[in-house]
Amino acid sequence: MNLELPEDKLKDLELKANQARQLVIEMLLEAGSGHSAGSLGMADIFTAFYFHILKHDPKDPNWVDRDRLILSNGHICPIRYALMAMSGYFPINELKTLRKIDSRLQGHPYRTLLPGLETTSGPLGEGISQAIGIALAAKLDRKNYHTYVIASDGEMEEGNTWEALMFAGKNRLNNLTLIIDRNNIQIDGFTEEVMPLEPLKNKIEAFNWHVLEVDGNNISAFVDAIRNAHAVFEKPTVIIANTIPGMGVSFMENKVDWHGKVPSSEQAKKAMIELKTLQGRINKN
Amino acid sequence: MLNPNFKLNEKLFEEVVETRAVRDGFGQALLELGETNPNVVVLTADLSESTRCEQFAQKFPERFFEVGVAEQNMVAIAAGLAVSGKIPFASSYAVFSPGKNLETIRTTIACNGANVKIAGHHAGILTGPDGATHQATEDIAIMRTLPGMTIFSPCDVIEAKKVTLEAAKIDGPVYLRFSRAATPIITTNETPFDKNIQTFWEAESPKAVIFATGYLVYYALLAAKQLKESGTQVLVANVSTLKPVDEETIVKLAQQTGAVVTVEDHQIAGGLGGLIAEVLAKKLPTPIEFVGLKDTFAESGQPEELIKKYQLDDKAITNAVKRVILRS
Repeated sequence: MNLELPEDKLKDLELKANQARQLVIEMLLEAGSGHSAGSLGMADIFTAFYFHILKHDPKDPNWVDRDRLILSNGHICPIRYALMAMSGYFPINELKTLRKIDSRLQGHPYRTLLPGLETTSGPLGEGISQAIGIALAAKLDRKNYHTYVIASDGEMEEGNTWEALMFAGKNRLNNLTLIIDRNNIQIDGFTEEVMPLEPLKNKIEAFNWHVLEVDGNNISAFVDAIRNAHAVFEKPTVIIANTIPGMGVSFMENKVDWHGKVPSSEQAKKAMIELKTLQGRINKN
Repeated sequence: MLNPNFKLNEKLFEEVVETRAVRDGFGQALLELGETNPNVVVLTADLSESTRCEQFAQKFPERFFEVGVAEQNMVAIAAGLAVSGKIPFASSYAVFSPGKNLETIRTTIACNGANVKIAGHHAGILTGPDGATHQATEDIAIMRTLPGMTIFSPCDVIEAKKVTLEAAKIDGPVYLRFSRAATPIITTNETPFDKNIQTFWEAESPKAVIFATGYLVYYALLAAKQLKESGTQVLVANVSTLKPVDEETIVKLAQQTGAVVTVEDHQIAGGLGGLIAEVLAKKLPTPIEFVGLKDTFAESGQPEELIKKYQLDDKAITNAVKRVILRS
């Protein structure tokens, strides 16, 4: 697998991540409810997946050899929807239907409604298990597709998460990579205050996983981590991606309040100005 | 009399009736499916022997997954296998799955449209000495409320094998309900399997119909025989498919008799009793008496003792028939 990332491609990805953030702000403003911080924080990783890492075909979402990307913490689906639209799964216009009646873009991802979603998710702690099932099926069918699952740090508090980590470690599922969005916030506050997770790396290592830590808002570093994960054959890999919740919008960054709320039209205007300024800066570089 | 169309066990009313645990039928069907369908896979949560997955595990080790004592993980892994084209049977005790697992089943299987077969063993009070914590008496109610779920509750070991084979043919989630103890063999290999309700005991001018599910169909047949001997004719209908609901037969039999008794080893609320009441309230209001657990947990004891104490036996059924006929 060649995931080399030349300078011009990196710049293109950074611009796409910026566009995705703008789409998220527009979607959430229109929807009137949803989760802002996590969606913005994960824009870089989702962009890296849809435009660089995943082997996929938006015109043939059920292609049997596609890589699987499972989103366990379904509440950050606006960023996934944005990247799906940008890469051609459905028209960008459809993003405005998020959370509205008769829409395929449910408030939390609903597999049977939208081709390209691998699972239905939202209730936390279940995505890693589902990804394990998908990875086991690949082994049974001698398929080479890779299964990636994105989970939040807050959902590490779910017991089911550790059941899944135990199973994948025991079964040495090297065709499975877990990305933990380590943004340190959850609904009731900072994770280390609500329910401390540290030392997270040691805990997961003890479950027989290969653990990497990376700056999740640095596309180039994240892609390197994925390459590293593919080089490990004896166990599954987890990438603890340190992200800044609300990344790109100064008044949302690292603010717990923005976990589960959306901007007012005034705030959205401010956010768009900031994101467009950032876009100009990336373009100039 | 026993309906000859269904070729039931002719020795059913002999003093010693042949018995076998329904879970054995599940195990036999899994072995057969292992041979015939390469997509069938089996998962269990540290209960491979008592839920009869052991032989499948030995014969098809690459298609068997032991998840340890982790029931939620089991069903969610099954969901992942299912969306990748496999037909997983996830086997545990009904108190844990669906009991402990409701939300995981709801999200990853029901909402997800995943083709998973959930086998809930040791359902009902026949789990006996283990006590109330291990006697699932609300699993039908839980599973009946999930859209798209098919529910089978076989009456004996032979029907258990048939519903398991049938489950593999259905493209969608299925719940299979099995009790623990050895129970009378009611049907034969020649009994045709039908998802519609089958009238196992027929009569001319019946005064009531008994709808029964699971091993209690045997006690319903005993009651029908005793009632006949004392001059009261009834029908006994085996409801082995609880969902989708065979509304047509329920209404037809209620219309024919004018009085209904429901019989189940489960809470009356939300179970077969609830189900029949919903149908008849809507389509043909008819007096109903309910034999089942009356908003109570059971306790440790031998199966026969519990069936008697919690009033699920032939005597309780006979009394219910007498009461409902007086109301009709």
